[in-house]
Amino acid sequence: MFKEAKDGPVKAITANRLGDGLVVFLTENGAWTRNLAEARLIADGEALEEALVYGRAQHDARVVIDPYAIDVTTDGEDPQPIRLRERIRADLGPTVAYGDAERAALAARAAPKGG
Amino acid sequence: MYRYDEFDAAFVHERVEQFRGQVVRRLSGELTEEQFRPLRLMNGVYLQLHAYMLRVAIPYGTLNSGQMRGLAHVARTYDRGYGHFTTRQNVQFNWPALKDIPDLLDDLAKVEMHAIQTSGNCIRNVTADHFAGAAADEIVDPRPYAEILRQWSSLHPEFSFLPRKFKIAVTGAPRDRAATQVHDIGIHAVRGDDGRLGFSIYVGGGLGRTPMIAHRIRDFLPAEHLLSYVEAILRVYNLFGRRDNKYKARIKILVHETGADEIRRQVEAEWERIRDGVLSLPADEIRRIEAYFAPPPLEPQASDGLAGARAKDPVLDLWVDQNTVAHRVAGHAVATISLKPVGGTPGDATADQMDAVAALADRYSHGEIRVSHEQNLILPHVREDDLPELHAALADLGLATPNAGLITDSICCPGLDYCALANARSIPIAQEISERFAEPARQREIGDLKIKISGCINACGHHHVGNIGILGVEKKGEEFYQLLLGGSGDETASIGDIIGRGFAGDEIVGAVETVVDTYLEHRSGPDETFLAAYRRLGQEPFKEALYGGG
Ligand code: SF4
Repeated sequence: MFKEAKDGPVKAITANRLGDGLVVFLTENGAWTRNLAEARLIADGEALEEALVYGRAQHDARVVIDPYAIDVTTDGEDPQPIRLRERIRADLGPTVAYGDAERAALAARAAPKGG
Repeated sequence: MYRYDEFDAAFVHERVEQFRGQVVRRLSGELTEEQFRPLRLMNGVYLQLHAYMLRVAIPYGTLNSGQMRGLAHVARTYDRGYGHFTTRQNVQFNWPALKDIPDLLDDLAKVEMHAIQTSGNCIRNVTADHFAGAAADEIVDPRPYAEILRQWSSLHPEFSFLPRKFKIAVTGAPRDRAATQVHDIGIHAVRGDDGRLGFSIYVGGGLGRTPMIAHRIRDFLPAEHLLSYVEAILRVYNLFGRRDNKYKARIKILVHETGADEIRRQVEAEWERIRDGVLSLPADEIRRIEAYFAPPPLEPQASDGLAGARAKDPVLDLWVDQNTVAHRVAGHAVATISLKPVGGTPGDATADQMDAVAALADRYSHGEIRVSHEQNLILPHVREDDLPELHAALADLGLATPNAGLITDSICCPGLDYCALANARSIPIAQEISERFAEPARQREIGDLKIKISGCINACGHHHVGNIGILGVEKKGEEFYQLLLGGSGDETASIGDIIGRGFAGDEIVGAVETVVDTYLEHRSGPDETFLAAYRRLGQEPFKEALYGGG
């Protein structure tokens, strides 16, 4: 299993939403967002501990499942998770096309050129 | 066909209602996640990276067209319009919302499907040769025996809490297409000297953290004793399998630590006690179950149009050559529908494709479909003269890739794109390999070559038994891939050798190409497959090519 992030400059709290299982991030006002750019970024230390306690309470209150902290960089414009696993989660889906979008992309590629 | 009998119907209905209540109680807070997790897992519901995932059982990989339409309906109504066929002949949906799953299961029950025993430490879906009931080389259709095992194992009170999960595979042909020797129990049909039907029994195979090839503990078990013998194996395992350490709890570890001879002795001793009891299978009971799998009424016939059509159309010719095999009834073929388009996700099919395959099965294959552990679909009973039409229809659907058994027909687990346990992605690696080797002539020149890719040591992608196996690991936060060579899941099963240090994500496909080029350079001729050449040559030339001398 992946360990919770312990160090690094900034953290965000993430979880999966109970009702549909989708990835969410904790916001400044204690709600949950699908968009990491809207997440609360927390420095290590007491604030992080408090946020995790809050997250745990949200788990108990059946809003989300298993919240944990992730390392985030803010070098670019928007915050980005450092680990690939978390980047894939924050992108809200696989790194490959799927379903009808994949099918359409493959069909476009297979279509004879100029036809 | 598999007969979902009244018992199944009542039971599944009851289970769906029970689960509906559990979901309501979970959403209302009466059940904590800790209490709910084992309940949802018992109903095939996992929590993955992005969402819940539902795994639906496809007993021994056999589906009828109505069931395929049911899966299409589920994909469209409750998911994002697609599903993923797995290496255990099951199907997974990646995005269902928890609150919808009871309705989803209700809809599945209408087509006689369910998700029970797709998780947990029980006897899982029994798998079988995907050409069952059709292949020309078959001694017996393995599915009636798989079904007998399914009925016996479904909710068997003694075996619902085994030390660990338990997987059984059955094959009815000399050619092992069901990877029986890497299962907890592998069952391989054989004919005795007197022509009687029986089974060779293999025990203790498995992949994952500690890959092992099963030991044959009985050469010939008369068919009527199948259940009592399997029960004896399960009893020995249930009693002596380790429960203290999850990583040592599979029967392969018990067989390894105890020794195959001692396990054989224990099983035989237990079997002697129960062999003629309630579990012996009377011939009329076997016949009753066999009747569920009665073959469609196929008349042997000479094909008159196929050769001409092939001569005119090289694309059709290639597909027929690569994706069809001989049927046991003359003038018919078993057709593989590749779910491995170049650049696509191995094993995925959209809802529209599922519906279309169902229609093609009705039209050309007596409504029958199979799912292979190699993550393809099969139409088992097609008239040879219908192959041109079938091929044209499949081509329109993007389902006519002529690559069955070739290097681009990789099997591949979901990996870090979906799976919460993954260390690295596997789908993009499979896609890059299929693009690198896309050229049909090149694939054909390389010939039979199975690539198998897993995103972590759990080995859902069977990398240990890939002729070329790829295992994703995480190294210093980066994706990294180990390369294994020489594995095989067939009747000559072997575990691949880790060939040396691993490769970064942008190097691994190049390394595969180096291995393939080395094979082409050293093979004795086009008839020597990659596996045969590797077995003859050993690791050295491949190591040399990959890592240089010194
Ligand atoms: S092998 Fe690992 S990464 Fe792949 S599906 Fe299995 S558990 Fe997930």
